[in-house]
Amino acid sequence: MKISSKIYTTLIFVFLFAPIVVLLVFSFNEAKSLSVFSTFSFKWYEELFNDRNTLESVKNTLILATVATVISTVMGTAAAVGIHRIRRHWYRTLINTVTNIPMINPDIITGISMMLVFVFVGRLWGASNSLNFWTMLIAHVTFCLPYVIFQVLPKLQQMERDMVEAAMDLGCTPFRAFFKVTMPEILPGVITGAIMAFTLSLDDFVISYFTTGNDFQTLPIRIYGMTKKTVTPKMYALATIIFFVTMALLLLSNFVDNEDNRRLRDKRKQLKKKK
Amino acid sequence: MRKKLLTLSLVFGLLVCCLCFAGCAGGDTLTLNVYNWGEYISDGSEGTFDTVKEFEKWYEETYNQKVKVNYTTFASNEDMYSKLSSGAVSYDVVIPSDYMIARMSAENMLQPLNFDNIPNYEHIYEEFKGLYYDPENLYTVPYAYGIIGVIYNANVVDAEDAGNWDLLWNEKYAEKILQFNNSRDAFGMAMYKKGLDVNTADQSVWDAAYEELITQRPLVYSYVMDEIYNMMESGEASVGAYYAGDYFTMKNAQAEDVDLQFYYPDNTNYYIDAMCIPTCCQNKELAERFINFMLSEEAAIANAEYTYYASPNQLVYTNEGYIENMGEDAMEILYRNADGFREAYNKNAYRNLPAETLSYINTLWETVKIN
Repeated sequence: MKISSKIYTTLIFVFLFAPIVVLLVFSFNEAKSLSVFSTFSFKWYEELFNDRNTLESVKNTLILATVATVISTVMGTAAAVGIHRIRRHWYRTLINTVTNIPMINPDIITGISMMLVFVFVGRLWGASNSLNFWTMLIAHVTFCLPYVIFQVLPKLQQMERDMVEAAMDLGCTPFRAFFKVTMPEILPGVITGAIMAFTLSLDDFVISYFTTGNDFQTLPIRIYGMTKKTVTPKMYALATIIFFVTMALLLLSNFVDNEDNRRLRDKRKQLKKKK
Repeated sequence: MRKKLLTLSLVFGLLVCCLCFAGCAGGDTLTLNVYNWGEYISDGSEGTFDTVKEFEKWYEETYNQKVKVNYTTFASNEDMYSKLSSGAVSYDVVIPSDYMIARMSAENMLQPLNFDNIPNYEHIYEEFKGLYYDPENLYTVPYAYGIIGVIYNANVVDAEDAGNWDLLWNEKYAEKILQFNNSRDAFGMAMYKKGLDVNTADQSVWDAAYEELITQRPLVYSYVMDEIYNMMESGEASVGAYYAGDYFTMKNAQAEDVDLQFYYPDNTNYYIDAMCIPTCCQNKELAERFINFMLSEEAAIANAEYTYYASPNQLVYTNEGYIENMGEDAMEILYRNADGFREAYNKNAYRNLPAETLSYINTLWETVKIN
């Protein structure tokens, strides 16, 4: 039994990681082929860093992801606080459902509907280009928002309401109470939400594809454009780098979560002792 | 009060950002939006000529005016068409294929070019002018052309079996044959094999081609597009049809025990990609100057060497350095009957089909794939 379960786990890991390992190995291949590994070299990494267009699209992707993350985190946190304060149960459920729509909706539908809205508004204004960086940003903020809200809301529910009220009793303005008391409590949720928003925005192809303009091409769209001819090995190099960056972000987010859980446990213990 | 202040400042910040962005984009720098196939221009990688950057430099030196080229890419004619026809974005130069150009000009999506701004047009061979998609030479400047041929692994396939389309239907190589994974090309191969007209609206002709594809079905290893590169290079598959230029890309990357060879069957597909200016163009003169630059000797040669596709430009075809770099064999294959191009092209190139026929083919194609 034990052996079979070990084999099972190994197999799962092989299927999960074999493609990534292949990619990683062949990014160090001197030759262009995927079938023969000639010699180890950093050639494709060098090529990658000399490829102006690809670097430009990497830069675009990062700018977009960063701005979208900042905006959706601020808006998402504010929204979560607002939703948390709603007293009427049915109303809260309603708002929750509505904010979750971009998360459940298939990307392709979100993408097309956003494009239609932008084109419609652009036509009304008489603009020749309805799609640009800003439309992409709006689209990315839209699909990142529910994930932030989703992360922050449970943190607010875990928090004890009395603390904020106590702070205000002692003379804090609601504004100050939020930053002094609520914020430190929900911060782990906010950070996890921000990291999720960042990775989602970094990854997104479908929605970006429909909302991209003529002057701002992100990396996934650029790679897709290459598929008519062949995807060059420098993309393997790039994918390897991205994999490690995403991995680091994931580890960071897990670390934040763990820290938070430990803190919560310690707190509960302390409370118990006092009682 | 505080809340209001916060909201106000947020709105203000956003507005400032917008204005700044609009301001930066305006200024005294012209912008040119180019929309091309992916990997279809010499981009400076591996020490090659960086076409876009060189154009910006050349333009500033010649006209004392800064230009920013926004160069974006598409993966298929249909992708390009849907983006352009949505009216969401404007492009100044696009490089679609022949049948798509015919469709776009029929739908009034293209502008006539002012050839006074494109003096290099004289270097284009007469054979490539006045073709069906632009009979009066109003809208297009050809960029590159290609011919489909059969690629095979000579270590697996006997030389006497090669030479015509039958190789893709040869039972000896069952499970080693690759076929196109798009309806037009797959049907095209079957129709060229049987000597049928690939542009017919007659459904019974398409039915005959369908029968061929059904016969071929059990022999096919996989229906592929760009996956063909790795499958042929590694020897995983041994027979497949693809563009001549791409054969050389595969040949350069083939595994040690693979020996890729190439031939043209009697009837086969010819295509041309051409530069044109859509009606949404914002700066036509600049776009025409860009097209002219693409035809200049240095840029045209760099692009032909980078893409491995044949160039209709005589500055390329007759350039000794280019011929030497490509090699005799490659020149012979890439520029097969460059003199009789018009005739072969008119006979075999895909035309835009009526919507009815297209949907009929797609229904047949679905059944081929499902069976």
